[in-house]
Amino acid sequence: MFLTKQFGLLLNSIFTVISLKMTNSIGNKEIAQQIRRDIVRMVHAVSSGHPGGSLGCVEYFVALYGSVLKHDAKNFTMDGKNEDLFFLSNGHISPVYYSTLAHFGYFPVKELATFRKLNTRLQGHPTTHEGLPGIRIASGSLGQGMSVAIGAALAKKLNKDNSIVYSLHGDGELQEGQIWEAAMYAAGNKVDNLICTIDYNKRQIDGDTDNVLPLGDLRAKFEAFGWTVLDIKNGNDLDEVIKGLNHAKTFIGKGKPIMNLMHTEMGFGVDYMMGTHKWHGSAPNDEQLAKALAQIPETVGDY
Amino acid sequence: MLLNKYSFTEKKDTRSGFGAGLSELGKSNPNVVALCADLTGSLKMDAFQKSHPERFFQIGIAEANMMGIAAGLTIGGKIPFTGTFANFSTGRVYDQIRQSIAYSHKNVKICASHAGLTLGEDGATHQILEDIGLMKMLPGMVVINPCDYNQTKAATISIAEYHGPVYLRFGRPSVGNFTPADQKFVIGKAVQLNEGKDVTIIATGHLVWKAIEAADALEKKGISVDLINIHTIKPLDEEAILKSVAKTKCVVTAEEHQMNGGLGDSVAQLLARKHPAPQEFVAVNDSFGESGTPDDLMKKYGLESVNIIAAAEKVLKRK
Repeated sequence: MFLTKQFGLLLNSIFTVISLKMTNSIGNKEIAQQIRRDIVRMVHAVSSGHPGGSLGCVEYFVALYGSVLKHDAKNFTMDGKNEDLFFLSNGHISPVYYSTLAHFGYFPVKELATFRKLNTRLQGHPTTHEGLPGIRIASGSLGQGMSVAIGAALAKKLNKDNSIVYSLHGDGELQEGQIWEAAMYAAGNKVDNLICTIDYNKRQIDGDTDNVLPLGDLRAKFEAFGWTVLDIKNGNDLDEVIKGLNHAKTFIGKGKPIMNLMHTEMGFGVDYMMGTHKWHGSAPNDEQLAKALAQIPETVGDY
Repeated sequence: MLLNKYSFTEKKDTRSGFGAGLSELGKSNPNVVALCADLTGSLKMDAFQKSHPERFFQIGIAEANMMGIAAGLTIGGKIPFTGTFANFSTGRVYDQIRQSIAYSHKNVKICASHAGLTLGEDGATHQILEDIGLMKMLPGMVVINPCDYNQTKAATISIAEYHGPVYLRFGRPSVGNFTPADQKFVIGKAVQLNEGKDVTIIATGHLVWKAIEAADALEKKGISVDLINIHTIKPLDEEAILKSVAKTKCVVTAEEHQMNGGLGDSVAQLLARKHPAPQEFVAVNDSFGESGTPDDLMKKYGLESVNIIAAAEKVLKRK
């Protein structure tokens, strides 16, 4: 009887955990779908912007802001003391960044309609210049975000602040030399409160990375630099990204910077944008927009 | 005469003024951190490094990374001072400064030694003469070029109190240390070294002492010189310059920098807008430097007091 009761309680708690996780996950999946819709609508509205990488990184952003990151959207401060910080190094995927920040409470969702228009806070590439909550550094000129993330991580160590610094980088961005300066520094100086992620979609503006400038064996390269290297095998599966980021957190404080190689599909969620580099930096026309939106129905509401 | 008014007992390098200022900041301001790209000794940052190892970051020979890390350190309230040669502090990392520091309005102090020809024997690869121009073009960037040890030390301490990106330029050679040790450094406020009525001489950095020598010689010839030390090129002390030129109706600018993009350029732009007047430029004229002793180089490239005297006599005839 006693054992049965114990067993029942255990089952109950397992069920509660699972159901909470599922609810959370389902809510976030709806948000992810809405963000995909927002991205396509935002770039269509101004006939410019970068839908491909944005669509491919939706799960990463939702995993981060919806589950992994310790953050306070309503009380954004530049210093972010005792909060986890995120830096987007490949600033051109601003549509997914802006839509995520809006859906997680940093600013009104309706402001997404101002993207790339005159006097907007939602500049083509993210900036602190317009005071948009959620943004802590300008990015767009590639290769700079890892250095900035390292600096913020060092400040956290000086401030005895145990929270974590995250950054996201394009794979093509690894062609910039500054990334490797930063990679050498982070390992050499045991910056172990830093979790970087590469959007490993193997495509860039001019084509496949293998054709433009082969990246080689990224795992071997970062390991040789002294990083803990982890794989997120399906970066377009929300649960897997959450699991991957939480797994990465278990390596915090162990003397090495952490690198996730996150395998994604550029343009994920819109059939004609997948399997090609062509939608890296092109916006759909009216007809293409309709085709895309038919594949990603509205969930929590269009802006 | 002027040389009696501005005497000095010793010659010191401006970079040591930076090192001394940084050291004081280390004690007085716990948020001050320092970064260096493998030139700690040359930048005189050793004292800070020794006293505050936890706040000193040896970056290695990776200046782009240094600028990014400095930008990141401001997030969390640190006040980073980066140190390397002027060439590697500006031209090499222009885009990093532009995006991660200036456009992002980060509270980074870019401290640059070995600026100009007086770096000497290393030659043109290291003698940047374009840095003032590069930095002053960036929106929101403050550009400071102090003249001697005491002024550099005071400037270093002062910029920690200012919130925003600053470019602080200093040099390698020992020069007369004539600024009073207790003179307060105010960003953007010119130092009037002499009142005069015939010609305005505006100098910055190492050329300030040479301008004092020139003004002394000119006064002996009966020419009265209004002499201004512009340690802050941006924001420029427009009031001081306009007041002086209204009186003298002509101006000579003197600097260890290209004529294009330097102090003279800023003064000319101001005068063109508000008070057109004849101007002569003592500066490097669209040329790279070369190897040589600092003194030989300053002579060859026309940055001596004799050149300032000649420029003053020329501009007086154009009034």
